[in-house]
This record gives sequence, C-alpha cells and structure tokens, in this order.
Amino acid sequence: MSRRGGKMALLGLVVAGFAFLYLPLVVLVLFSFNASKLVSVWGGWSTKWYVELFSNEQILNAAWLSLKIAMINATGATLLGTMAGLVLARFGRFGGRTLFTGLIAAPLVMPDVIIGISLLLTFVSMEQLVGWPHGRGLDTILIAHITFSTAYVAVVVQSRASGLDRSIEEAALDLGARPMTAFLLVTLPMLAPALASGWLLAFTLSLDDLVIASFVSGPGSSTLPMVIFSKVRLGVTPEINALATLLIGAVALAAGAATWIQIRRSNRA
Amino acid sequence: MADASASGPATATAGKSFWFSGKGAVAGIPYLWLFVFFLVPFAIVFRISLSEPMIAQPPYSPLFGADGSYQGSFFNYQLLFEEALFRSAYLNSLWVAGVSTLVTLLIGYPMAYIIARARPMVRNLLLMAVMLPFWSSFLLRVYALKTIMADTGLANGLLLHLGLIDAPIRMLQTDFALYVGISYTYLPFMILPLYATLERLDWSLVEAAEDLGCRPWKGFLLITLPLSVPGMIAGAMLVFIPATGEFVIPNMLGASDTLMVGRMLWDTFFSERDWTLASSLAVVLLLLLVLPIMLFQIVQARREQRA
Repeated sequence: MSRRGGKMALLGLVVAGFAFLYLPLVVLVLFSFNASKLVSVWGGWSTKWYVELFSNEQILNAAWLSLKIAMINATGATLLGTMAGLVLARFGRFGGRTLFTGLIAAPLVMPDVIIGISLLLTFVSMEQLVGWPHGRGLDTILIAHITFSTAYVAVVVQSRASGLDRSIEEAALDLGARPMTAFLLVTLPMLAPALASGWLLAFTLSLDDLVIASFVSGPGSSTLPMVIFSKVRLGVTPEINALATLLIGAVALAAGAATWIQIRRSNRA
Repeated sequence: MADASASGPATATAGKSFWFSGKGAVAGIPYLWLFVFFLVPFAIVFRISLSEPMIAQPPYSPLFGADGSYQGSFFNYQLLFEEALFRSAYLNSLWVAGVSTLVTLLIGYPMAYIIARARPMVRNLLLMAVMLPFWSSFLLRVYALKTIMADTGLANGLLLHLGLIDAPIRMLQTDFALYVGISYTYLPFMILPLYATLERLDWSLVEAAEDLGCRPWKGFLLITLPLSVPGMIAGAMLVFIPATGEFVIPNMLGASDTLMVGRMLWDTFFSERDWTLASSLAVVLLLLLVLPIMLFQIVQARREQRA
C-alpha cells in the first residue's frame, strides 16, 4: 500500500468510528421531533413529545431527585477525591499506600452489579447492627455514588497535581508562607481546572447510574435513570427522546463553552 | 505540602509517624471512606453468600444460631458449580466481553492514533468529540441503539431500501447486538488511555527508523505498536472488566435467554429475591476478575510513576 493510500484508509476508519459514536445521538434528536409514535415511520415535524415530557410528573420528580443527588455527590466526591488525588501525587510512600492505590483503581473498573449488591447488603447489616441508615433512599444513594465518584475525581486531580510546577509553591514556602497558606493561595488555584472537571465528571456519573441506584434506593426514591429504564422496557416512549435531546443540547452547550474559553485563553497566552 | 524527601527512603522508615501528622489526616479521611464503603462490603457479601435464603427481614438465615454455633455453608457455591446454567453464564460473559474488547481495540486504535498525531488545535477538538457522547446518558444511548437495530428500525430500513436484503435481519436479541452495544458504549474508555500513551510516545524513534529505510508499516509494527502496549492493556481492562458484569446492555439488547452473569445476578436478586445466591454470584464474578483488576492496577501504578 502506498503511503497516501494508507493514510486515506486510516482516515476512512476514523470517520467511520466517529459516525458510529454519533449516529445514535442523531437518531434520538431527530425522532424527538417525529409526530408519529413509531420509530420506523416519519410522521412530520412536531414538538408534542416535549409538551408531554413537561406534563409528566413522574419524570419531572425523578429528574429533580437525580439533579439533587448529582450535585451533592459531585461536591462530596470532589472534596474526598481531591484529598485522595493529592495523597497519591504528593505524599510519596507511606504505610498502606499499596492498598490505597488499589482502593482508588478498583472502583474504576468494578462491575456495577458487584458494587450495588455489596453496598446494599452493607447498609442492611449496618441497620441491623447500629440502627443506621434507617431504610434506604436519598442518603444511601448518595453514599454509594460518592464512593465510586471519589475514585474518578482522585485520578483526575492526581494527574494534574503531578504535572504541576512545584517551584512556585516552594518559592511561597521559602518566602515564609505557612504550608496551609501556600496550599490555599498557590496550589489550589493551579488545581482548579482539575477540580472543575472532576466535579463535572462526578455529576455525570451520578446522573447516569442505573444499576447501583436500583440496589441501594428505597421505595419513593426512584432516580431518573430508574424511571427511564422502566419506561423504555415497556416499549417506545417518544418523550424519552425529547428528554435525551434536551440532555444532549445541554452537554453540547457546555462543551462548546469550555472549548471557547480554552481557545480564548490560548490566544491570549 | 512540599516535602523534599517525599519519595526518599527516609519516609518509608517513618511509616508510623505519617498517620499521626497532618498528612495522615488528609490521607485518612478518603482512606477510611473507601475502606468502609468499598472494601468492607466485599466481606459482607461473602458473609451473606454463606447463608441460606429464608423468609425473613432481611431474607437470609443468620450465620450463627441462637446457641452461638456456626451455621454457614457453601451451599450456594455448590449450586453454582453443579448447575451447567451458571457455568455457561460465566463463560459466556467472559467470551462476550472478550470479543467486544477486541472490536473496541480495533476501532479505537486508529482513532487514538490519528488524534495523537493531529495538530494541537485539531487534537483538542477530536478529543472533545470522543468525550461528548460519554457525557450524555449511557442508558439513553443504549436505548437509541435498540431503536436503530430493531426489526423495523433504521438499520433494517436502510438495508431494505438499498436492496441489500429482502427481509429484515434479526439484530436485536442476538450476540451481535451485545458486541455492538458494548463496543459502542465503552469506545471512549479504550481511546483515552491509548491516546495518552501514543501522545507521549517518542516519535523521533519512528522517524529515525524511516530515515534508515524502514517502511512505514514495519516501523509501526516494530516501534509504535510495542510502545503502545501499556495503553492497550489499560484500555482493554477498562472495557473488559465492567463489560463482563454488564447488566443494562444484555437486558436491553440481548435475548431474554442471554446468559450474562450481571443479568443473572440482577434477576436472582430482584425477581427471585434470593439474596444469598446473588451474593455468591457476585463473589465468584469478583474472583474471576481479580487477575484483570490487578493487571489494571499495575498498569495504572506504572503510569503514575512515569508521570
């Protein structure tokens, strides 16, 4: 194969790969505006599924619960994950480090069903033993989500922290800043991009979780993925397409804004 | 924070005092959290897998009788080993996850390669394009795949329209749908670690080889490919391990009799309400995955050392 031929083939593969990633999203958006309820029939443009979505109280309640959980989870996981990431990047060797790295790496790959069942049984056993948590609901979902989100935040913070220029921090210390002051005024601002992406990652992971929440939630605390799952199981539900379109729109907007900020910053530099 | 002796041998000997310093407190909080809510739960699952199902609240027999005698048994594990159904569920899960990982690697490698070799501006845009689907709901994307692959769905409609087939092909509820679903949803997890490895690769080695008369494909096989092995392993583990225990994809795209452990565990727990058997299913799945998880951790730790 000639060099150019090889390059063209490679490019073709990549285009196909991106098409594979985006086709399902295009389908979701397109069919949210389909007047027909059937996915195989195009019945003309319509926004009626959006009207139906916003009058569906079950979906709205679940969405509110999921947003609440996602926000508290993201904040908690960012706190714990930042500590864990700094420990991995900065603290060198200490007794129990190997186990600690394992506790950060394992949640990244652990199948959801294993995390879900083991945490539920833990909550049940704790309730028998110490009377807490009383039943299951928002608080047990939060604990479960913070547990796996922390690992993701830790990895993001660790990679940023180990790439940081230590000399600025050392200069602050040499000039007499207390370690805590140097951390708050020098290190933390430099870590800010990692904290922001860690927070967003934890937020998304929580909003996306069906399996673990199904195990550890109680009656009356159905999250959005749980409601979506029970709906799409029953058949075609175009208002779910409308919901997906809104979500994709929000994500695209956020991504666009992030890119714009990045470009502006690099132009200034 | 700044500690000149951070990675020196001095701190290794000062192991005890670490936990009583301010640093110990910073490390202790996340450590304790993960210990209590990630590690201890495995012990509890194991403990409950030794019980037998019972109509009670919670629905399993106590491990110790009223007189304090031990009443646990390997009853559930015996069931798992004797019933062919469970054995084939584990084997099939490993097979489906393995094939999907391979497909993901074959699609993801060229994508990661092109991204790593692109100009910085294009590179950032392409990386964003890889991440974007991941930020939108996983469940909804699997649902979209379901509508595309349905008998009356878009894929069949297109193939019929083009005259490539005479009757709709059955795609949903086959292993094919599982491969597509897993490769699709896990593709970013393959691309990102591969990209990270390729981006840091010393391309001057490849250029030197080519200057010395090495053909491009040979340079790729002899230099680029071996050097990207760590990224391939990390990506493969990020796909293979969770895919083995996957529940949503077999449930939504697979046949009702698809044998996947994740799905079997879910049904045992939620439909049959047998918490003890579901626990033993989880313990055996975890044991099967211990080696791949350790491999993943080693690759992660190496990467951390290099950084």
